[in-house]
Amino acid sequence: MPADLNPSEMVAARRPATRAMLYVVLGILGLFFLAPLAVMVLTSLRPIEEIRSAGIIGIPQTLTLDAWRAAWSQACIAAVCEGLQPYFRNSLVIAIPATLLSTLLGAINGYALTKFRFPGADAIMVLIILGCFLPLQAVLIPAAQTLSALGLANSIYGLILIYTVYGLPFTTLFFRNYYVGVPSEIVRAAHMDGAGFWRIFFQIMVPISWPIAMVSVVFQFTGIWNEFLFGVSFTTGASQTVTVALNNLVNTTFGVKQYNLDMAASLIAALPVLIVYLFVGRFFVRGLTAGSIKG
Amino acid sequence: MSQSSLRVEPAPHPRGGAGRFGRGRSGLGRHAPAWLAISPSLLAILIFVYGFALWTAYVSLSASRMVPDFALVGLRNYERMWGQDRWLVAAGNLVTFTALYVVVTLAVGLLIAILLDQKVRGETPLRTIFLYPAAVSLIVTGIAWKWLLNPGTGVEAFMRSAGWEGFAFDWIIRSETVIYAIVVAAVWQQAGFVSVLFLAALRGVDGEMVKAARLDGAGPIRTYWSVIIPAIRPAFISAGVLLVAFALKTFDLVVAMTAQGPGYASALPSTFVYDMAFQRNQLGMAAAGAISILVFAAIIVLPYVVWEFRKSDAR
Repeated sequence: MPADLNPSEMVAARRPATRAMLYVVLGILGLFFLAPLAVMVLTSLRPIEEIRSAGIIGIPQTLTLDAWRAAWSQACIAAVCEGLQPYFRNSLVIAIPATLLSTLLGAINGYALTKFRFPGADAIMVLIILGCFLPLQAVLIPAAQTLSALGLANSIYGLILIYTVYGLPFTTLFFRNYYVGVPSEIVRAAHMDGAGFWRIFFQIMVPISWPIAMVSVVFQFTGIWNEFLFGVSFTTGASQTVTVALNNLVNTTFGVKQYNLDMAASLIAALPVLIVYLFVGRFFVRGLTAGSIKG
Repeated sequence: MSQSSLRVEPAPHPRGGAGRFGRGRSGLGRHAPAWLAISPSLLAILIFVYGFALWTAYVSLSASRMVPDFALVGLRNYERMWGQDRWLVAAGNLVTFTALYVVVTLAVGLLIAILLDQKVRGETPLRTIFLYPAAVSLIVTGIAWKWLLNPGTGVEAFMRSAGWEGFAFDWIIRSETVIYAIVVAAVWQQAGFVSVLFLAALRGVDGEMVKAARLDGAGPIRTYWSVIIPAIRPAFISAGVLLVAFALKTFDLVVAMTAQGPGYASALPSTFVYDMAFQRNQLGMAAAGAISILVFAAIIVLPYVVWEFRKSDAR
């Protein structure tokens, strides 16, 4: 498209006063979006006496990492006073295998659905992709009963299974959309040369898949790390995920509210996804737009 | 889990045969490896998604309370559910929450997208700022907003200590307004995501149409209102459907912000389901609530999925 036909070029505000207004509005919106994070960071660094006298919004007079230390390794969740640290580890042990497994299976599904358009492939794709919209409440009771029947209730393996399966609709959609754009001639030529299904997958498809694999990994990791409904329904005590433990920490503190502790704990629980977002945010955005490479 | 917009990339035209190969071998044989490869996932989805949804539907029609009971009782669970004030409040909240949340998020998301589309300096850092809430869990979001909206600690306390004695912002502690407080946090979490969808759509608008409008003497606002915004209607549909689907399953935010309080004034169908299933030993009613959510979701989502696939076929 020639430059003079770029739509935003033609309607973009040009007058200096309009441009100034534009930046003012963007600035206010930016503040609205940043404010909660800023308040959390500042509150987490202040001593509790100061917060109690001045509220949670304000510039710290004294800075301290006590609340972070307590949130990480001392705070009590129910009767266990080890901070968030053990649950943080649970979340890693659940999220990493579930992310990798659902990504690998999604890649295999996307490959099978696009490069081997066998009879029924389209119907299978619709069946799988509809799962993206499933309200998880609709499967909560059977999932709980199945996990306990399998002896996986309140276990890390149970959640790995659950998160892998319910991630499949998304990962399949990502890889399916990506592989549709890969010329089938490549696969066909390899097939003529005698390469089978799996050899083509591992030697041709996997090496070109890293951008969409990143999208899938970032999307799945973020989603699993943040997930709450299944976590709170299927785990208690020592097997809680960090998101569930955070909620318990904030809601079951007795006595005076420890705002700085709540905020430090929230930031610790959010840190892995914030880091992922800051460093590989573009893959996160692509995941939100179903792995679209244009988006 | 998270959400993703449904984008179905069009498949290459099958008549060219480029998508299929291995002709000449027997029909079943050449497809066997693909079938085998996809069958574990397909089986898992058939059981965990469709099987479990049917199972929940069965429970909703059964006499199950604390333990599963397979005796069918017809629609009695649904009748009992609609007789519960807790469910009526939850359903009413869902209507208010969904309407406000969808409209305000679409409006803020569109505003951000249009502003960012004015060739602004610093677009990349601004996008980062608007989108980071979507990466943060709803529990963390809820905790942050719980204290910000709490009149004793947050914005109200701050404004009063800054000298504005009569300032009041106490939605979160009052039964009549608590749902608006939830809307504020939900909009904050999702507006950036919606702006990404809108920004992509804005950048795909046909330049010729915009040029024609400008040559006809339409000002920027007029051009946006009557040319550009109608042209990005598909983005409104995608974003709208996703937001409704998101609203239907909103759970974490209420748990973290208000624990359904004051009383159960901020209950939603999702919290009702959880309560009935795990706190009150009313499996039948929990299932009835869950199936109601599923039916609403299907009414919104199924036509949309059909529309997406048609669009992808037409391309």
